[in-house]
Amino acid sequence: MIMQDPPIVELNGVNKWYGDFHVLKDIGLEVARGEKVVVCGPSGSGKSTMIRCINRLEEHQSGCIVVDGVELGDDLKAIEAIRRRVGMVFQSFNLFPHLTVLENLTLAPIRVAGMTPAEAADTAMALLERVRIPDQAAKYPGQLSGGQQQRVAIARALCLKPKVMLFDEPTSALDPEMVGEVLDVMTALASEGMTMICVTHEMAFARAVADTMVFMDEGRVVEVAKPALFFDHPANERTRRFLGKIIGH
Amino acid sequence: MSRPLSWAKANLFGSPASSLLTVLTLALLWQVVPPLVDWALIGASWGAGDPERCRAAGGACWTLLTERHRLMLFGVYPYDQHWRPALAVALFIALLAISANRRCWKPWLGGAWALAVMIFAALMWGGVLGLAPVETSQWGGLPLTLVIAVLAIAVAFPFSILLALGRRSGLPAIRAVSVGYIELVRGVPLVSVLFMASVMFPLFLPEGMTIDKVLRALVGMTLFTAAYLAEAVRGGLQAIPRGQFEAADALGLGYWRSMRLIILPQALRLVIPPIVNQFITCFKDTSLVTIVGLYDLLAASKAALNDPAWRPYFVEGYLAAALVYFCFCFFMSRYSQWLERDLRQGNR
Ligand SMILES: Nc1ncnc2c1ncn2[C@@H]1O[C@H](COP(=O)(O)OP(=O)(O)OP(=O)(O)O)[C@@H](O)[C@H]1O
Ligand SMILES: [Mg+2]
Repeated sequence: MIMQDPPIVELNGVNKWYGDFHVLKDIGLEVARGEKVVVCGPSGSGKSTMIRCINRLEEHQSGCIVVDGVELGDDLKAIEAIRRRVGMVFQSFNLFPHLTVLENLTLAPIRVAGMTPAEAADTAMALLERVRIPDQAAKYPGQLSGGQQQRVAIARALCLKPKVMLFDEPTSALDPEMVGEVLDVMTALASEGMTMICVTHEMAFARAVADTMVFMDEGRVVEVAKPALFFDHPANERTRRFLGKIIGH
Repeated sequence: MSRPLSWAKANLFGSPASSLLTVLTLALLWQVVPPLVDWALIGASWGAGDPERCRAAGGACWTLLTERHRLMLFGVYPYDQHWRPALAVALFIALLAISANRRCWKPWLGGAWALAVMIFAALMWGGVLGLAPVETSQWGGLPLTLVIAVLAIAVAFPFSILLALGRRSGLPAIRAVSVGYIELVRGVPLVSVLFMASVMFPLFLPEGMTIDKVLRALVGMTLFTAAYLAEAVRGGLQAIPRGQFEAADALGLGYWRSMRLIILPQALRLVIPPIVNQFITCFKDTSLVTIVGLYDLLAASKAALNDPAWRPYFVEGYLAAALVYFCFCFFMSRYSQWLERDLRQGNR
């Protein structure tokens, strides 16, 4: 990690409420360029909410979030610009069912980045090679398996050449035999130096790939540590209990 | 047993109840069909002639159509100029046929329609290229029905999409305006909207300024249709999962692009049946413009039957008018079914 560079994502004292419900409490987090952060924690602890605040799918009410030097505020144009620099992969894929795989990938480059269709198709095919399904380009999402759909979704998130990738439980909607193929793609992406913030409960993946582990509980960041320390000597009692539960069986 | 016999046994006489129904139906058909054939075909009078001929024949008077079809189709439009509305109608129908082809859904189609409307207006109005001018008060029949229906639908559809989006907007002012408009228009009958457009509206205009009667009826139809269409479109928008909006947002598409490229293409194909339903309703409702003094197809047909000598044969006249309405509506209905299937084949 290069610590002297300014962090590419920075959350400072971020709070968010749903009505009376305090979902995010004073969240602070810094992610350096090229860093891989894995976020875990019990269900309802606010992991999705936090990660979705980073590209403003959710709005935070206090504190500040700076992404690639731009603070997220009410400026819609700035937010759209940030979103193009941040790729997001959802639990439920969210591919566009009325478009082919290739069209899913070329839509944003053509419409947003102003690439020519030929350029965009070349980039898209290269990305499909990277996620190892170039032969599915002409199919519709509904014709693919879950694992293939999620790999297309990763390729789509990469199509605008983002600086940060957000993953919100990318493997939890998949049948067990398809989890591996998606994690392989993510591991390869990590080894190419992509900055990644990843909510997942795949602890073997986390241990292998993460530079930093973040544990959240009840809307707070409870523990931030290197994976070796995090898994073998968790400092916090709640982290210990959580890890005991999910690694125990 | 032979195929037809076993088929009849299985399908027509499968149980005592169905045997009874079969017998009753056959009896009913026996009662109805021969007299109908007798009236419509055997005893009918065909070809040109006068009402005397029909009286002598005793059956259906198709002679009426031969003699009066031009009045029914074109109303009081100057008789020697009927080729103009005929050409205008042909132009519209040709363009409708082209528009039905999905491969033609390109930007040029919009241009083609704009051009067609201009040619239509030039033909009907005249006053250019040596065509004798014809007031809109003399327009009537099928061209009037078609132009009101097609333009009302063409303008109401995009307008209704804006209304539906407005109703779901996060901006309270826009939402309130959309909801207010939709509820207000849906709360009143079309007849009163047409009255408002044609009688009340001019009262608010400055002295001396008038808006054409056809245009006023057109505006009324459009405003009315848009409110109903908006609710159909909103149904489609509501059926799109939140994930689709989020995925579009996450790509930085922005509101309008994500609506146009992601959400609406999916939402609209979900609601093709109610949308086409509204198109059909709009087409048939054009017959209500008669209450503001316009002679649409139905009113023109009625007027063509006003001659006391022909009046006994009004059934034939109305049947013919009904057949024209039916052709258009049936085409729209079948087309929408085809379109739904065609679009579904695309994905999965
Ligand atoms: N739109 C919303 N309105 C109200 N409450 C919400 C909303 N979205 C989430 N919540 C609540 O906020 C809390 C945090 O939700 P979040 O989805 O961030 O949890 P999570 O850590 O991602 O959990 P999981 O592991 O189940 O995905 C939950 O208690 C949830 O019920
Ligand atoms: Mg979650």
